Amino acid sequence: MAMLEVNDLQVYYGVICALKGISFQVEQGQIVSLIGANGAGKTTMMQSIVSLIPKREGTVVFEGKDITKTPSHKIVRLGMTQVPEGRRIFQELTVYENLLMGAYTNKDQQSFKRDLEMIYERFPRLAERKNQIAGTLSGGEQQMLAMGRAIMCHPKLLMLDEPSMGLSPLLVDQVFEIIKDINKDGTTILLVEQNAGKSLAISDQAYVMENGKIVLSGTGAELASSEKVKKAYLGG
Amino acid sequence: MTTAINGLSLGGIYAMIALGYTMVYGIAKMLNFAHGDVIMIGGYMIYVTMATGNPLLAIAVAVLSCVILGVTIEKVAYKPLRGASPLAVLITAIGISYLLQSLAQIIFGSAAKMVTVYELGSIQFLGATVQLSALVTLGVTVVVMAALTLFVKFTRVGRAMIAVSEDRGAAQLMGINVNGIITLTFAIGSALAALAGLFYLLKAPNVSSTMGAMPGIKAFTAAVIGGIGSIPGAMLGGILLGIVESVSYKFAAIAPYTDAIEFSILIIILLVRPNGFLGKKRREKV
Repeated sequence: MAMLEVNDLQVYYGVICALKGISFQVEQGQIVSLIGANGAGKTTMMQSIVSLIPKREGTVVFEGKDITKTPSHKIVRLGMTQVPEGRRIFQELTVYENLLMGAYTNKDQQSFKRDLEMIYERFPRLAERKNQIAGTLSGGEQQMLAMGRAIMCHPKLLMLDEPSMGLSPLLVDQVFEIIKDINKDGTTILLVEQNAGKSLAISDQAYVMENGKIVLSGTGAELASSEKVKKAYLGG
Repeated sequence: MTTAINGLSLGGIYAMIALGYTMVYGIAKMLNFAHGDVIMIGGYMIYVTMATGNPLLAIAVAVLSCVILGVTIEKVAYKPLRGASPLAVLITAIGISYLLQSLAQIIFGSAAKMVTVYELGSIQFLGATVQLSALVTLGVTVVVMAALTLFVKFTRVGRAMIAVSEDRGAAQLMGINVNGIITLTFAIGSALAALAGLFYLLKAPNVSSTMGAMPGIKAFTAAVIGGIGSIPGAMLGGILLGIVESVSYKFAAIAPYTDAIEFSILIIILLVRPNGFLGKKRREKV
């Protein structure tokens, strides 16, 4: 049984159909990515899976439990969270307070301290700036903070929505390295990206989305070598 | 001196009501125009319970029933409208306001009732005669404001309130129960409204079905002047309005125009600083 199963997910904005029946699976321990152009419905899909946007049809099953109608905050408690598109860190809080919010579901002081040290070790920039107001961080630092904040709640499945968006090439490489690291530590990853090349390179399994539908699927390597994907998404 | 203390204590009442407006606005993103009428219900609760002759019991009953009322209003009237257009929520709030006023009129009649909670008298303070009730109001206001500020800044739930106010979706992704936080906000706002009702009665011992209307609107004005959504802003706006009001009442020539002066300040502030003194510029997200 897959860790996450999405079956025939349909989402509408008013009368406009944004997702026309999406089905895919995420196996435990893998990195799974969904690639696609702007407006393909990637963010809509990510947000509807965690109930931030209501679903019209379809089911979402996480570790055998139907979470189709489970409210977002309870989904987080089940072990699945998301780094949303645009990072959405709490601008008015400090770096430390943001990480504290990430650990909202964890009331154990001891493990909180350990997690905090681990995050500061992994992201030294955050340690340097722990008392700075988060809104004053650079884009790259904000992305690090958003990822750090998300792993503070020990997710079994971490969803990342466009983590490389708006970052310099150097930082993009760094973000993908961090994603690989988080995965190595045992966290399953569902990644949505426009940067198809880099995503496919680290993915065990990948899907291509177009106009609210999944049009192609395969292993990362298969899709990276597919003529169609090369032509449409890899600039070749 | 007397005017200053009176202004500060009146400002304290406004600030306490304004806090309810501003916190609910900041967190639930709605204007709860029934907030002033919660004060009135608090007033009637004090009036009813004072029949036992126990002021402390009256205060406790008022605070408790206002909290229950506020939370119930939120659950029954506002929660189903989450995600609806702001106009629909606003009209509902005004509807609730009229509902509460009419209910009070049906139950207690339209004539004002006298109620004396405490006979506090006045004292000599720095060479001026000051109502003791004004000092009590001022003192309690300062303590409540400080406690609330510390609560929001330094507790887990308080920080969750900031998170919800800033980004409801991201807050949910932290595992924060947004509905729970909104309920808590209404509870705190309503408890403060009950206290404001108490201080109002110390100042003018009359309860009537419309007693919450004017203070409600003044406090809303105070919240907007200070910057709606901002807790220190509500205090600043409330105190400012209270002082303006007491000073204006001192001068016979302008006393009849006091309300007009206060609302003019609102208009001027909105023209010069549309976000109020301490309000944040919010980027509208698409």
